[in-house]
Parts: sequence; C-alpha cells; structure tokens
Amino acid sequence: MMFVPGNNPGMMADAHIYGPDSIMLDLEDSVTMAEKDAARLLVHNALKSIDYGNTEMVVRINPLNTPYGKKDVEAVVKAGVDVIRMPKTETADEVRELEAEILKVETEIGRVGETRIMAAIESALGIVNAYAIATASPRMMGIALGAEDYSANLKTNRTPGGAELLLAREQIVVAARAAGIACFDTVYSNLDDMETFRKEVELIKTLGFDGKSIINPRQIEVVNSVFTPTEKEITKARAVVAAIKEAQAKGSGVISLNGKMVDRPVVLRAERTIALAVAAGVIDKEEVL
Amino acid sequence: MKEAIAGTLESGDIMVTIGPGEGLQVELQSSVAAQFGRQIKAVITETLEGLGVTDAHVQAVDKGALDCTIRARVTAAAVRATGKDVWKD
Amino acid sequence: MRNSKVVTLEQAIKRSGLKDGMTISFHHHFRGGDKVVNLVVDQLAAMGFKDLKLAASSLSDVHKPLIEHIKNGVITGISTSGLRGELADAISHGLLKEPVVFRSHGGRGSSIANGEVKIDVAFLGASACDELGNACGVPRSENAKSICGSLGYALPDARYAKHVVVVTDDLVPYPNLPAGIRGADVESVVVVDSVGDSSKISAGAIRDSKNPRDILLAKQAAKVVINSGYFQDGFSIQTGTGGASLAVVKYIREEMLNQGIKASFALGGITAHMVKLHEEGLIGKLIDVQSFDKVAAESIAKDPSHVEVSAVEYASGEHLGSATHALDIVILSALEVDTQFNVNVLVGSDGIIRGAIGGHQDTAADSALSIIVCPLLRGRIPCVVPKVTTLITPGKSVDVVVTEYGIAVNPARPEIAEKLKAAGLKLVDIKDLAAKATSIIGTPDPLPFGDKVVGVVMNRDGSVLDKIYNIQ
Repeated sequence: MMFVPGNNPGMMADAHIYGPDSIMLDLEDSVTMAEKDAARLLVHNALKSIDYGNTEMVVRINPLNTPYGKKDVEAVVKAGVDVIRMPKTETADEVRELEAEILKVETEIGRVGETRIMAAIESALGIVNAYAIATASPRMMGIALGAEDYSANLKTNRTPGGAELLLAREQIVVAARAAGIACFDTVYSNLDDMETFRKEVELIKTLGFDGKSIINPRQIEVVNSVFTPTEKEITKARAVVAAIKEAQAKGSGVISLNGKMVDRPVVLRAERTIALAVAAGVIDKEEVL
Repeated sequence: MKEAIAGTLESGDIMVTIGPGEGLQVELQSSVAAQFGRQIKAVITETLEGLGVTDAHVQAVDKGALDCTIRARVTAAAVRATGKDVWKD
Repeated sequence: MRNSKVVTLEQAIKRSGLKDGMTISFHHHFRGGDKVVNLVVDQLAAMGFKDLKLAASSLSDVHKPLIEHIKNGVITGISTSGLRGELADAISHGLLKEPVVFRSHGGRGSSIANGEVKIDVAFLGASACDELGNACGVPRSENAKSICGSLGYALPDARYAKHVVVVTDDLVPYPNLPAGIRGADVESVVVVDSVGDSSKISAGAIRDSKNPRDILLAKQAAKVVINSGYFQDGFSIQTGTGGASLAVVKYIREEMLNQGIKASFALGGITAHMVKLHEEGLIGKLIDVQSFDKVAAESIAKDPSHVEVSAVEYASGEHLGSATHALDIVILSALEVDTQFNVNVLVGSDGIIRGAIGGHQDTAADSALSIIVCPLLRGRIPCVVPKVTTLITPGKSVDVVVTEYGIAVNPARPEIAEKLKAAGLKLVDIKDLAAKATSIIGTPDPLPFGDKVVGVVMNRDGSVLDKIYNIQ
C-alpha cells in the first residue's frame, strides 16, 4: 500500500505505474489545515477520472470528530473509493460511526455496501481494542498499525529493531486473523536505508502481516521481493495443489503427497504461497487453474 | 465574491485565481497552450457553470495539469471565493 | 620556435582568407560551457564579415548571442546536429532566412568527408596545443585550464577543412603527442584565456536521475537488454542522453556480474557509468567520440584502452568500418515516438526546436538492437503519438520502445518479441500506448505551424527526411 499525499496532483496522476497493490491517497497528516478543502476536491476528481487499473484505491480521511471528516467521507464515497482508511481508531464505536456516515452517502447515490473500511490503530487503547475494532463492521477489510503516534502514546521512541512495536504488531496480526480480515504494517520513512527497511519487511512477514505501507515507489521492489515466494516454495506448493486436485478427482478426502498424508495447515500454506506468487506476477493465474 | 486562489505551480498542477468579474473571463498561461489551451479553458468554464458561477474573472497558470486536476482546482478556488461548499455540512 | 603558428585571433582570421559568404565550423565538445563559438563570431562581426555560414557539430543554450549576429547579417546559414534554448526558440519562430540544416553526427562526418559539406575555415577549441598545432581535449601541463576529453566531432573538420585554426587555452611545448588534431592539418594556433567551462560538459541533456519514473523506465529497459538474446559475452553497447537511458547501465552492470558476462566495447558518448564498468573489467574498450562528463574526459587522458574516434569512424553510414556497424545494443531516448516506431528527438510537442539528432539516426540504423526509452507522458505532453511532429529516426531502425505503461516491440522484429515474452515481460501494441496517452490527456489541437521552412532534417545518407516549419 503506497501512501500518496492528497494535495499533490503530479504524484496522484501516475502512482499506479509502479505497481503497488493498493494506493492510499492521504487527506490527513500530509495535508495542511488550509488545504484540506482543496485536497478533498483533488482526491474526489482523481478517483472519478484517473484509470488506476486493478490497483485498490484507499483514501485516508480525517477523523470524524474534526471539521473535515464527514465531508471527506461524502467526497470519496461519491467518487467510488474502494476503501476508506480511518486514522487513529480507538474503539469499535468509531468504526460504527464511520459505517453510518458511509451508509448515508451510499444511500443517497444508490451504491449501498460497496465501500469497505480499514482502521488504522495508532494508540495503546486502539491496540487493546484491536479485535473489537476488527469485528465492528462487515465492511472491515483490514487493520493497520500507525507506529509514529502509537510509540509516542507509549511514551517511547521508534528504534531500528522495532522492539517498541512488537506487542502492537502481534496484537494486530492476531486480531486480524481472528476476525478473518487483512493486516498491514506501518511505514518506514528513511528512504536511504534500504537494508533496515528490508529487515523490517522480513520481520513483519514472519509475524504474519499481509503487507507493508510504503511512502515511495523505490520501496515497492523490496516489499515484493520479500513477499514473493521463492521458486522452491512455489514448486512445493504446486505439488501440494496437484495432490489436492488428484484427491478431488478420486473423490478422496485424504490428500497424500509422496506417500505421506498432507495436513490441513500444509494445504492452506500451499494455497497462500500460490496466491502470493500470482499476486507478485511470478506465475500466471491461468496456469494455476 | 472575494478573490481566492487554489492550486500550486508544481509540475502537473494548475494555480487558479478567481475574483469578481462580469461574465466569465478566463486568462490562461500554459506551457501546453498551443495544444491544450482551448480544452483547458473549456474545462474551466464548464466547471464554473456547473457550480452556478456566471460572473467571474479567472486567471490560471497551468503546469501541465490533467482535466481532473483543473476541475478540482477551479472548484476549490470557486468555493473559497463564494464561501459556498459543494459538500454537506 | 622557428615555425610557430601562434598568432592572434584577428591575424588568424586574416591569414585564413575568409570572405563573406564562406563557411566556418566549430565543435561542441564543451557543450553548455563552450566559449569558442561566441568569441570567434564576435571577432568576425567586429571585423565586418557578413553572410557567413556556420557549420557546427551542435549548438546549445550558451550560443544565444548568435541571435544578434543573425539579425546583423553576420550569420546567414546554420548547419548543426541540434539547437536548444533561446536561439532554438528564435529560429523556430523564423529568425533565419535560410532553413537550418540538421544532420546526425555520422551524417555530418560523412558529408564533410565526401565533400558535400565544404568548410572554409574551422575554428577548433582544444585544451592543449603546441606551436605546430598538435591539439587535444585533455590537459597536458600544470597550467591546463580546461578538459573536454575526446575531440571526435572536430576531427573531420581538422582533416577536411581548407583552413584550420586551433583555439587553445594552454599552449604547451612541442611535441603535444599523441594528439587527435595533427599539426600537419593546422594553419594557425590562437591562445585565449578560456576555450570552455569544463564543469558544464555534463550540463544540459545529461542528468543522473533519482526520479522514480526514470528508475522504473531504466529497470524495464535493462530487462529488455538482458532478455533480448544480444546480452552475451563479448556484446557491445551504447547509451544516449536522458536520465533513464543512462541509468540503465547501472542495472545491466548487476546482471553482468550475476551472469559473468563482459562487454567487448562501449561506444559513443562515454559517461562516468561506462568508465566505472570499464575499470571494473566489465567492458573491454571505450570507443569515445564525445566524453559526456568530466570522469570520462579524465579517463581518456590516462587510459590507453579508452580511445578517441572521429565522427566518421564512429557513425558514418558510408564507411563500413565505422564503429556503429559493430554495435549490438543501443539505448536511446526520444521526445516522441509514433505508432510506426518513427522517432523525433529534435522538435518539441509545442513545435519549437529543443534537441539534437546526435547519433540517434546512426546508431539506431546500424545496431543489432535499438531500444527507445521514453515516458508515455511528460506532464500533459504525449510522447507516444499517432504521428511524430518531426521525423528524425525512421521506424524501420527502431526495435523496442519502453514506457512506464508497457513495452512495445516493432512487429518487424517478432523474434525479439518472442524472447521478451518468454522471459515474462508483458508486451503491448504501440497503438494501445498512443491510445492510453490520449485517454489520459485528451487529443491535442494541431500546432500553429506557418508555411516558412525553418529547418531541414537530413537522413544520414544525405537525403532529406523531413522539414520543420516555423511556429506562430
């Protein structure tokens, strides 16, 4: 998920050419108070006019308790955004409040139920309520960590190793998995230190995250290379998938590979590996089917 | 109507100044004026008419903005100039 | 010294027998830092010359004082590879009565060699020269004031001009050898304070880019090179100007290291990137017609396998021994490419001249694989178009076009398309790229061209390719 400032038309025009899975146009922190109105109009018009292809379009709105939040919802829902990212989410009630706002606008334009919600959790209270937030609405598609505000709230600082974020990260992954939705890690803002960035991406992949938020196209390659399964992993996953098909063809409930029974977790992991490989473009979708 | 500005002089943007005027007068400076000046002016005019603005003096300095950006900047300048927002409160 | 050729500029001009209506020539190895053209033409104007024809290897922003000399009738004709800045703008608006004749570097070289272009007096800047006229573009003493590296574009002038004046800012003792410009070809040597600002030889067209779009384009172009079938041990390569086509070298280098592949030579404008690969042992020889930056200029001064070649040896279409005929891969930039793969590198989409043919025509025609790297859009300016504003390089010599919205392969090269597809690269039809550009920015209105011809574009074989009309 690539962050793009919502008041920068030059960057908004071609953010998708770098191939991020999703683009988050930002109306919140990257836009000054004086430009909130202009950025909102820019994002609204960009979403309506620019062909972003298959890229999932996310807009980070301002909190609903500011003078901007509700107008942001109206502007982006009317422009057909895929996902609204709510910043600084602390409770399930806040999600439900956003849901009600979205429904109001959707009803007005006759497009009910299309807009999904991602909640960014950026405080200790939000982390404590992570599961409640993740399950607050059927529109919830994911939760994400916002580490800057979170570490400030914890009264600590960010470190290269990320020790201060460990519980928050694990909590978010666990809550997302329990709720059956996606989870995304926070941004890494030092563009000149690709090595630390790569380590951080490897860490969050190990923790179970589905993806990483990025601030520059240069970071995409690192994320993709970490998340793209290796050839060995793909070969193994293919063998498992082939075994599943064979079992289905035989009408057998037991899947076996090389004479051994394949456990359910192995099947799930193989399917996820194939899905990631398809998403990364290293194997064709048709090839799998 | 008071005078108001929206947009920047960054590449891909357009800076639009709207002030009081009689009828719609549009002055445009653009590096792509020869090829797109007519279209840019048309987008500015249509956007203002869509907002019900029929009398205004518009100065636009274009830096290669796409039509959607021009619509957004013109709307923002018009909202600031007239005080009438396009969104509900 | 008894036979010293050293005289003042005024004496050199008088001695040359220059008359109104004759042709004078210059090279552009100092690019934006050149001081020789302005210095000499100012002197010619002061001496009352009129109606001179200026045959330059290229002209740039720094030559805007020529505008006054054209208005005063001192200069009435120009031939060059390129024009930029205010001079280009004025000429595009019809400043000069006669059309400017544009030739590629190879085309200029062969036209001088075969006598089609006759130079009466060549004024050739050099960073070191002895009293007998042996001159080069690299420092040869502690007093050296400038460096431009290869003098490749000046060498045909030195050899074929009727009269040759070397203009130098460092007179060194004889023998200043080895030297590209040989004393035997030189009639006069003029010493001046400065022939050029060396810090500006990499100004203008050449940039090193951190722009994410340039990086994306460079990576895609590198994938094309690596999977084209021509990326084999002993291959040869040239890159043009433009951030993306220069950055490609960085990504090709990584793959050369991975696969243990080495190049036999790099050609053309030589850059610091190429010097680095050469010094790492990844490129055998550097064949240098023009040093594109200070690192390259310093390298040619000290490295015997970094070789100076003339424009004729570099890229003449008539001379089968020219280096482009041995070239495997060339990566070039473009202002516009059209759906027939024709390329324009000279005239902007606003109809104003803002570029140079350079070696574009030559290298695209002779190389085994020519790759054009250009964004689909520059702001609201489309770069893949239904028809180029001005035809510079015919589509039949262009093989692959790389944009940020996809890679298009010339249908005349299906074997390349197959190889790239097999490597997993997604190819698009060039017509779809043009349609994509239109869908984003709309259809541009036709440019307001007048009916006066301000430029004639020559093909490298001496035929006329296209005409440039004045813009209103």
